[in-house]
Amino acid sequence: MSVISPPQARTSDARSARPFRRILTIAWLTFHEARRRKVLYAALGLGLLFLLAYGVGLYNLRDIDEMSGNPFLRAEFSNFLTLAGLYVVNFLMVMMTVLSSVDSLSGEIRSGTIQTLATKPLRRWEIVIGKWLGFAAMLLLYLLIMAGGILLETRFLVGYTPANVLAALALLGLNVLLLLAVALAASSRFSTLASGTLLFGLYGVTFVASWIEQIGTLLENQSAVNIGIVASLLLPSEALWRRAAHEMSSPLSSAFDISPFSALSVPSPAMVLYALLFTTLMLALAIRLFTTRDL
Amino acid sequence: MIIETQQLRKSFGNKVAVEDLSLTVEAGEVFGFLGPNGAGKSTTIKMLLGLVYPTSGSATLLGKPLGDPSARASVGFLPEHFRFHDWLTATEFMEMHANLCGLSRAEGHQQSAALLDLVGLAPHAARQLGTYSKGMQQRLGLAQAMLGQPALIILDEPTSGLDPVGRRLVRDIIRKLRTEGTTVFINSHLLSEIEVTCDRVAFIKRGRIIHQAPLDELMAGELRLEAKVGPISEAVKAGLARWTPHLRHEGNVLHMTLANEGMVAEVNRYLVEAGVPVYGLQRDRLSLEELFLQIVGEESSA
Repeated sequence: MSVISPPQARTSDARSARPFRRILTIAWLTFHEARRRKVLYAALGLGLLFLLAYGVGLYNLRDIDEMSGNPFLRAEFSNFLTLAGLYVVNFLMVMMTVLSSVDSLSGEIRSGTIQTLATKPLRRWEIVIGKWLGFAAMLLLYLLIMAGGILLETRFLVGYTPANVLAALALLGLNVLLLLAVALAASSRFSTLASGTLLFGLYGVTFVASWIEQIGTLLENQSAVNIGIVASLLLPSEALWRRAAHEMSSPLSSAFDISPFSALSVPSPAMVLYALLFTTLMLALAIRLFTTRDL
Repeated sequence: MIIETQQLRKSFGNKVAVEDLSLTVEAGEVFGFLGPNGAGKSTTIKMLLGLVYPTSGSATLLGKPLGDPSARASVGFLPEHFRFHDWLTATEFMEMHANLCGLSRAEGHQQSAALLDLVGLAPHAARQLGTYSKGMQQRLGLAQAMLGQPALIILDEPTSGLDPVGRRLVRDIIRKLRTEGTTVFINSHLLSEIEVTCDRVAFIKRGRIIHQAPLDELMAGELRLEAKVGPISEAVKAGLARWTPHLRHEGNVLHMTLANEGMVAEVNRYLVEAGVPVYGLQRDRLSLEELFLQIVGEESSA
C-alpha cells in the first residue's frame, strides 16, 4: 500500500524540516567570519594585554591594607579594584558587541552576499536568529575569558571574590545579548554607519543619564533620578551594569562609596525583567524589519 | 508550470521597476529573458526568489506561491552582482550552501567536489574566495546554483564576467542541464548566448513583456543569404528578383534577403543552371540582436 513519492517531493519535505541545522549553519558562518577576519584574535590579544596590566597593577597594590593599618580597607579596596576591572570589561564588551555586529546584516545587504544566502530554502528569521546566536556564542565566550580573568586574578593575587559573581556575570551576559539584538534590529534596516551612530549615541545618552541619576540620588533630586530611569527604559544597558555592580558590592561598600564602578541608585529587579523583555522585543523587531524589506 | 506570474508589479517609491508582468515558463525549457538595461529583468527575478516583494500581482514558483521556502529548495540562483563571503574557501562556501539546501554532510561534500570540478575550480578549491578573479567567482556562483540538483536554475547574466572559454563552459553546462530535464531561466543581454541556448524567449521593456515566442518561430522569419559567385550576367542577376526584392552585388558576393529556407535551395539551383559558378552559400539569419533591436526599438518609437 505504500506509495513511493517522487524524489523531488521527498527531498523538499526533508529539506524544510531542518530549521535548526540551517540556523546553526548561519551561526557557524558568523562565528567563522570573526575568526577568519582576525577580529577574534585582535580582541583576544588586546584582552589578554588588559588582563596582564590589571594583574601587574593588582600585584603591586596587594599590600595596601598593611600600609594603612585599617582592617576594613582590604575588602573595600579589593572590591573597588574588582569592580573597576569588570567595569572596563563591561565597556569593552559594549564596544565589541556593537562593532562586531552592527555591519552584519547591512553589510551583507550592501555587498550582495545576502542574495545567495536568502535565496536558499531558509526563512529570513532563521538568518537573523542564526547571526544572533553566532555573535552571542563568540561574545559570551569573550566575556567569560575577560571577566573570568579579572575574577581569577583578584582571587589569586589578593584572595578576594566578590559576592554573587554568577548573578553579576549573567547580567553582563544579558547586556551583550541585549545590545546584540538592538544592533541587529538597526542593521536590518539602516546602513552600517547609521546603525553604529544610533547605537553609540543611544548608549552615550543612557551613560550620561545614569550619572545624572546617581548624582540625583545623592542630592535627593527626584527629577534627576527620573531622567536616569527614562533613559534606562530607552536602552537598559547601563542599568544592567549597575545592577551587576550592586550584586557584587558588599553592604558596607554600597553604603559609603561613590565611585564610577558602584551603584548608588540601584536598578530594581523589575528593570532586569524589563531588559529581558526588551531583548526579546528587539530580536522580534530585527526579524520583522529584516523579513519585510527588499534585499 | 514551473513559473507563472500574473500582473506582477513592483514600484520603488514612484519609480516603477516592473509594470505588469505576466509570464509562464514550462518544465524542461531553457527560457531567455531579454531586455535593455533597467527594463526590470533583475527585479522580476528577485521577486520570483522572494528577495523583493511585489507591490501587486501574484506568481507561483514550482506550483507554490511566492515566498514559500520549500519551493526555493528546488531552485538554484546565480545573482547578477555575485559577491560571496570572500574569507571562505571555495570548499567551505559550497559545503555551507549545501547545508542550507538541506543536503546531508556526505551529499554536500560529494556534490561540492563534483560541482567545483565541473566548473573547473577543483584546483583552487582550498583558496579563499577573496583571491578569486571575477570569472572564477562567477563559475563558483554557477556551481553553487546547481547544488541539490534543483528543478529550476535561474541565472542572472551568467556570462558577464567570463572569457570565451568560460562562456563556452556555461553554454555546455546549460545544454547538460537541459538534457537532464532541468528548467533554466536565463536573464541576459548577451544575445549570442541566448541564441544558442534558449528554447523560448521573452522580451521585456519598461517592466512589460512586449513579445514572447519560441526561438525557432522568432528566427524562422526572413533570412539573409550571401552567395560567393563567379562572373554573373546582369540578366541572371535580374532573374533573382523572383526571390528577393533587395539584391546587392559587392565584389563577388551577392547579398539577398529571402522569405524562407526553401528559397535558398531554389536560388542555388537557379544560379547553377544559369551557369554561374557558386563558391559558397552562407545563410545569415536575422540575428537575435537585430530582432532585439527591432522589437525593443519598435516599442520605443511607438
